[in-house]
Amino acid sequence: MSPALALLVRDVKLAWREGGAIGVALGFYLVVVAIMPFGLGPDLNLLAHIAPGMLWVALLLAALLSADRIFHNDYEDGTLDVLATGPQSLPMVAAIKSLAHWLTTGIPLALMAPVLGLLLNLPLDAMPLLVLTMLAGTPAVSFVAAIGASLTLGLRRSGLLLALLVLPLYVPVLIFGVSTASMAIVGPGSPWPPFLMLCAISLASIVLAPLAAAAALRTAMR
Amino acid sequence: MQMPSHIALAAHDIACQRGGRTLFQGLSFTLEPGEALLISGPNGTGKTSLLRQIAGLLPLAAGRLTATGAEAGTPVSELCHYVGHLSAIKTSFSVGENLAFWTDFLDADESALPEALAAFGLTPLADLPAGLLSAGQRRKLALSRLFAAPCPIWLLDEPSVSLDTASVKLLDAAIRDHLKTGGIALVSTHVKLKTKFAQELTLGQERAA
Repeated sequence: MSPALALLVRDVKLAWREGGAIGVALGFYLVVVAIMPFGLGPDLNLLAHIAPGMLWVALLLAALLSADRIFHNDYEDGTLDVLATGPQSLPMVAAIKSLAHWLTTGIPLALMAPVLGLLLNLPLDAMPLLVLTMLAGTPAVSFVAAIGASLTLGLRRSGLLLALLVLPLYVPVLIFGVSTASMAIVGPGSPWPPFLMLCAISLASIVLAPLAAAAALRTAMR
Repeated sequence: MQMPSHIALAAHDIACQRGGRTLFQGLSFTLEPGEALLISGPNGTGKTSLLRQIAGLLPLAAGRLTATGAEAGTPVSELCHYVGHLSAIKTSFSVGENLAFWTDFLDADESALPEALAAFGLTPLADLPAGLLSAGQRRKLALSRLFAAPCPIWLLDEPSVSLDTASVKLLDAAIRDHLKTGGIALVSTHVKLKTKFAQELTLGQERAA
């Protein structure tokens, strides 16, 4: 097995074995979306109108819940030191660990979105596009979260600070993610231009975020 | 067993600063293949920092480190095994899975795995979750990483902590075997080892003087 694949498989296995990360994120997503209609009242048209935005905001919050795990456990038990001396460069390590976070958090959350969409009266024909949008946008969510996770490494109660640092960076993802879904439901215009912007944001994050995360990791290990 | 190594490690006037304080400066040594360096000195004089600098985890405040005999462009850190105070063990993996990951990640041959497990007598525990290990067993598992993938330079920071007498002997013998194949070891320890150290480095002397 190549070093990169070994690290990816290990991270996915760890997330699965330790269970908490995926379960808590999915549970949080469910609860947040489920209480929205109680706060907004039973106006089905209103719910359908705001459903994409609600689903996206809740997804970002749920993904952030497990973001500090990207590096925290490996930092605590010294694994990060050994990973840093290994044959893979640190940006590559950061990229693989972000990818593992996307596989274990981004994809399950995106796949759960249509089920929760039912609670918000999201039109059925908009669901495939919503899932597609989320699958395209969540890589940016995981990779940018890795920057926050590496910056807050070694701090107590880093989760809240991480959210403060990272949530503003999610604004472009949110804007283009929601507008793709809204275009599909209420129009006017084609949903594809914002969708392509979303893909571009994800691709740029995949390339740039690991470099920033690696720089922060170097500082944290000093 | 490991391939003979021909790598020599040299430090030229290196210095270390932590929190604005200079721990040591003007430190130079050269280790030929098969030589070991014993690092001693009181607490807080930079033994761990020196090892972490060689492993590339801490920046050098001054000076440089060179490894001769390695492929050009290979950073010194990639030639090193660093076993520090933290064990780098995943508690939800079994002992065998922990080692198997390091074999894969450090790009070594998987055939090294049984030997690595046997090195400190962990073969019977291979399927046990690493979270159930005692402190001494965890230390043995961390040290077994040295055998999971061959690296010419061993950086051992207090490797004998929480090991029993028999295991310290195994460790001692492992270091000697490593030196025989041309490896280099830098060991910071307060326990008397039978390994013949070619050089000794006592940190914190100038401050006491």
